[in-house]
Amino acid sequence: MKQVFKRPESLRDVSFHFCPGCHHGIIHRLVAEAIDRLRIRTKTIGIASVGCSVFLYDYFDTDVCEAPHGRAPAVATGVKRVHKDRIVFAFQGDGDLAAIGTSEIIHAANRGENITVIFVNNTVYGMTGGQMAPTTMLGQHTTTTPRGRSFLGDGYPLKVSELLATLEGCSFVARVAVNNPANVRRARKMILKAFEMQVNNMGFSFVEVLSACPTNWKMTPLDALKRVDNELIPYFPLKVFREKTIPDKL
Amino acid sequence: MNDSRKRLINGNQAIAAAAIDAGCRYYFSYPITPQSEIPEYLSLHLPEVGGTFLQAESEIASINMVLGASAAGARAMTSSSGPGISLKQEGLSYMAADELPALIVNISRTGPGLGGIAASQGDYFQATKGGGHGDYRIIVLAPSSVQEMYDLTIKGFDLADTYRTPVMILADSVLGQMKESVVMGGRKKSTPTKKDWALTGCEGRSPSIIKSLYLDGDKSSEHNRKLFEKYQRIQKNEVICELNRCKDADLILIAFGSAARIAKTSIETAREKGIKVGMLRPITLFPFPNQQVRDISTNIKDILVVEQNTGQMVEDVLISASENARVTFYGKPSGNVLEAEEILCQIERCMNKVGT
Ligand SMILES: Cc1ncc(C[n+]2csc(CCOP(=O)(O)OP(=O)(O)O)c2C)c(N)n1
Ligand code: SF4
Repeated sequence: MKQVFKRPESLRDVSFHFCPGCHHGIIHRLVAEAIDRLRIRTKTIGIASVGCSVFLYDYFDTDVCEAPHGRAPAVATGVKRVHKDRIVFAFQGDGDLAAIGTSEIIHAANRGENITVIFVNNTVYGMTGGQMAPTTMLGQHTTTTPRGRSFLGDGYPLKVSELLATLEGCSFVARVAVNNPANVRRARKMILKAFEMQVNNMGFSFVEVLSACPTNWKMTPLDALKRVDNELIPYFPLKVFREKTIPDKL
Repeated sequence: MNDSRKRLINGNQAIAAAAIDAGCRYYFSYPITPQSEIPEYLSLHLPEVGGTFLQAESEIASINMVLGASAAGARAMTSSSGPGISLKQEGLSYMAADELPALIVNISRTGPGLGGIAASQGDYFQATKGGGHGDYRIIVLAPSSVQEMYDLTIKGFDLADTYRTPVMILADSVLGQMKESVVMGGRKKSTPTKKDWALTGCEGRSPSIIKSLYLDGDKSSEHNRKLFEKYQRIQKNEVICELNRCKDADLILIAFGSAARIAKTSIETAREKGIKVGMLRPITLFPFPNQQVRDISTNIKDILVVEQNTGQMVEDVLISASENARVTFYGKPSGNVLEAEEILCQIERCMNKVGT
């Protein structure tokens, strides 16, 4: 019988701890597929951030270093400066990257560090129990915006991809979603492209993935999929914001 | 090869030159006075030896770059002063937990707050008692001459590798800015140890992980016990302190770093006056020379502790000193530098009390 589906080699044979309907697992898989595809598993060093994806090292069959909250791009910089011929990626949530780690991500991108960052935007702090994140939508109820996020006092949801796309150091900036098969296929392509950029020494590459957190959204997994379409994508459009071509390298 | 050379340089430059001689090729920092000669020297000379100098966006970023470079198996270093060292504490705590070696230089300044750039020993507690969150220690070396700024930097890298721990050089602007002639190179080469734990990509081996999260109670206890046992080994094996003119002394002055340097002059003057005073100078602040202080205070009861702060190391002296010792503290709040005459006055006051 022909095998049509199997676990990527870059993932370990263990089950994810993520909640039912969580998109972290899908995103892990897409990253692992890109690593397999480029045959770089034994050259790859992952940087885990603080959040629901902290257990990156339990799932990826690659070297992994844990970073303090928000500091993954700085840790990745240190690793990559030592091992220029290795592939270094950071995997960060939106609290981690867009709040406490804003400085580290902007400057790593601006320096054009030749690393890849996968940014999981689920509009909440998942691990700590669903508090407001910088990406929380206006009106969204979280455990720290019980009356809904208001721009008065809480500000607007931060569009990180749009911000980073203004920086010359970025080789690739895209936003994707994984809430239906078509979006997953597109996300797979974009994540692969981001890693290809690094393999080709093109500088900083970045993929933002809109991700469901049914637990903290207090929704069923199916309703969470719909929310990505109905509420998130209109505000956070799926787009390639910046893409250098090989001749741009110089 | 004999690459021994003698140079007239300041303490900050001696640290920077030593880092290169120790094989450190990765330096990450954020500007702050009074340590500027370190990044200035390394931005010029590290690229000459194929090294990386990176001026980071903050001290938080720079210590985390050090964390990454160290995790990747390289000798890495950062330097800063008071407010910047405070920002590095998060990374230091992680590196202690991750068992990552690195050298951190604190050319401290007066504090709290923004303080000033004058000499200060006000960061003793922060350096020796953990500094960041959690139950950990780092090795702290306290040079008191430009030559020692050089020598202890090299030793610091070796200790960091041996024990897989961050090591701090704690000095101040007196030592950082002072120029003296220094013999560099020539001595036994510092040898980075083989780091089979480093992250290099898992070619030909199973993946390595560097982490500090242990949610399981047993695993967390086991990890913290392992760290604790390491600190005990460090305390047993790595204490360095200098005893100077102690044999016939009636009074022992205890001071470290710049205060010890200034007190040396006071002791010479006192000796000329016939006052028998000697000095115990801790060179490692962690591990603190508890036993040496205990031993000496068993024989010589009068102890004078001098610090450029309002009383920090004196607490370690009090814990260590024998029950019958009489410990006097003289502290000068940071701002104006300690003067040899005022220390001499304190020596004389202590001696007048002796036997009363
Ligand atoms: C310095 C620091 N502050 C706060 C925390 C607590 N904390 C752990 S995870 C987290 C937020 C994670 O949210 P996010 O980055 O959005 O990732 P998610 O869990 O949603 O995937 C916070 C605030 C911490 N570990 N360290
Ligand atoms: S809390 Fe949210 S982000 Fe975290 S595992 Fe559960 S669903 Fe996923």
